[in-house]
Amino acid sequence: MVDLARPYTPTAADAVAESPRSWRAGIIGFCRRQPLGTVGLALVLVMAVAGLSAEWIAPYSPTSNDFAVMTEPPSWAHIMGTDQFGRDLFSRIVFGARTALIVGFSCAIVGGVAGLVLGVASAYFGGRIDLILQRVMDVVMAFPLIIMALAVIAIFGSGVYNVIVAITIPLIPRCARVVRSSALAIREVPYIDAARACGFGHARIILRHMVPNVLAPFLIMLTAFVGQAILAEASLSYLGLGVQEPTAAWGLMLQGGAEEYASTAPWIAVFPGIAITLTVFGFSLFGDALRDAIDPKLRDR
Amino acid sequence: MYRYIVNRVLLVVPTLVGAAALVFVLMRLIPGDICMVRLGSGGTSVDPRALAVCHAELGLDRPLVLQFLDFAWGFFRLDFGISMWSGKPVAEEIAARLPISLEIAVMATVVAILIAIPLGTISALWQNSWIDHVVRTVAIAGIATPSFWLGIVSIMVVLDVSHALFGAAWMPPIDYVPFWQDPLRNLSMVILPALTVGYRYSAVTMRMTRSAMLEVLREDYIRTARAKGLAERLIINRHALKNALLPVVTLIGIEFAFLIGGLVVTEQVFNLNGVGRLFVLAVQNQDYTLTQALVMLTVAVFVFANLVVDLLYGWLDPRIRYG
Repeated sequence: MVDLARPYTPTAADAVAESPRSWRAGIIGFCRRQPLGTVGLALVLVMAVAGLSAEWIAPYSPTSNDFAVMTEPPSWAHIMGTDQFGRDLFSRIVFGARTALIVGFSCAIVGGVAGLVLGVASAYFGGRIDLILQRVMDVVMAFPLIIMALAVIAIFGSGVYNVIVAITIPLIPRCARVVRSSALAIREVPYIDAARACGFGHARIILRHMVPNVLAPFLIMLTAFVGQAILAEASLSYLGLGVQEPTAAWGLMLQGGAEEYASTAPWIAVFPGIAITLTVFGFSLFGDALRDAIDPKLRDR
Repeated sequence: MYRYIVNRVLLVVPTLVGAAALVFVLMRLIPGDICMVRLGSGGTSVDPRALAVCHAELGLDRPLVLQFLDFAWGFFRLDFGISMWSGKPVAEEIAARLPISLEIAVMATVVAILIAIPLGTISALWQNSWIDHVVRTVAIAGIATPSFWLGIVSIMVVLDVSHALFGAAWMPPIDYVPFWQDPLRNLSMVILPALTVGYRYSAVTMRMTRSAMLEVLREDYIRTARAKGLAERLIINRHALKNALLPVVTLIGIEFAFLIGGLVVTEQVFNLNGVGRLFVLAVQNQDYTLTQALVMLTVAVFVFANLVVDLLYGWLDPRIRYG
């Protein structure tokens, strides 16, 4: 018997395990069916551990200069070498993981949740509200990200939090679009009518009855957003519009010195780029595998 | 059908007006203005009288509403006015830098289509085989790799290889020469940026082609075509690919519009004097007219790319009949 007030909400675990088995069985099943996704998950975990426990992993301080060892090639003391200021590249990359983690997750979560609420509300109310919200989304979508970022930085100043604002704003409409189209289908389902007939308020119907049913595509999008936000942060920092020195950030490490010393000290440019690529790679692989595992249409027959 | 087209075209108007308002407000929210940038070099205090003269000269002393209407009316007539920084017409400033950016964008698109559609199709046809895994890994790597880093690395490789082969390091030329004047020099300058941008672009397109093909290949009409014994090649070319290309075309259109914004970073890496560079410069100098024109140009490209894509749908897929 279906409980009207508590609609059945499929989650990632259900879709993977396909039966109410334990989480562990679901995860093992996922790993077996999605080898690439497992690689992605592993990369994400490595990055998360590095970011969370940077103090214990990094052998040196990310900001201390040692002018005796400037632009040193990789060695046992400095496994990724040092930059032009004598800073240990490995330590900076480990601490950069923290910056990327903070920016990636805050942008994805804030942008995603805002997009989720706007998208579902737009579909639920329909009519004029939908029309106006969608036009606003159109404007934000069409507006060049880089100009938005330049303006945000010029108005509020640079720094991690303003970078997050600049990257989050363009993520909102993209999320709202996808959520709206899934929510439009759900709006026509009888249990929404039933909830309305019960006299529930708009907020309750949206939050309890519609949002849980669009969570699957939403969570997949969220993983993709983390990767995109990390990439955007790297680009902005590289242009000098993002995180500022001496904070360790991967994009920042590629700015200035990396190009100047490209031929004499290529390790300065190579390692941060690999860090960005592997991390975003991990999030994308994982997100893809999640989508394939959840979407029965794409499953191999 | 006609009603749909008219409605769809009319929807362009609020987007353009909204973007115009947004850039207008954003630029004026930035502390200071172009006169401060011009007169206050070195952080010395600015003479208020000189500031007033400068404001009057550029029309910045007029009410904001009038300034906005002026800008909107100018955009409507495609007259962008005069750059506040250089004093030259905005159209001239943009026209001088547009060819290189446009050339990179178009070449990147060609690279992307040539790589993406065949590989995406192959990957879908042999889903979960080793070739599918390789193609998908290459595609995801393309999305994960920052194009500016790819640019830096490709320059490093070119430097090292040319040094090893010819004894002298070779660098791509920096000053732009039109293709018809010196094709070789032009291509040697544009090829690296086009490849680095195109790789990312192709990765996105490849993924879309693959998933669209996967969905189409499971349609009933494909089974019917197979059942009546149609050659596999014909099934793929005529039935599957044609329908799968629909979302791919959308993506190519939208990504092309995004390319212009993405060029800011690429031009920085390759030290090219294109529209992306002009963008950063215009905002930094607080050149209102130039920034507004550039933003409106990008937004217009985006909006019209979307419009064309939506209208193309009806042509590519006869099932869609707009009510």
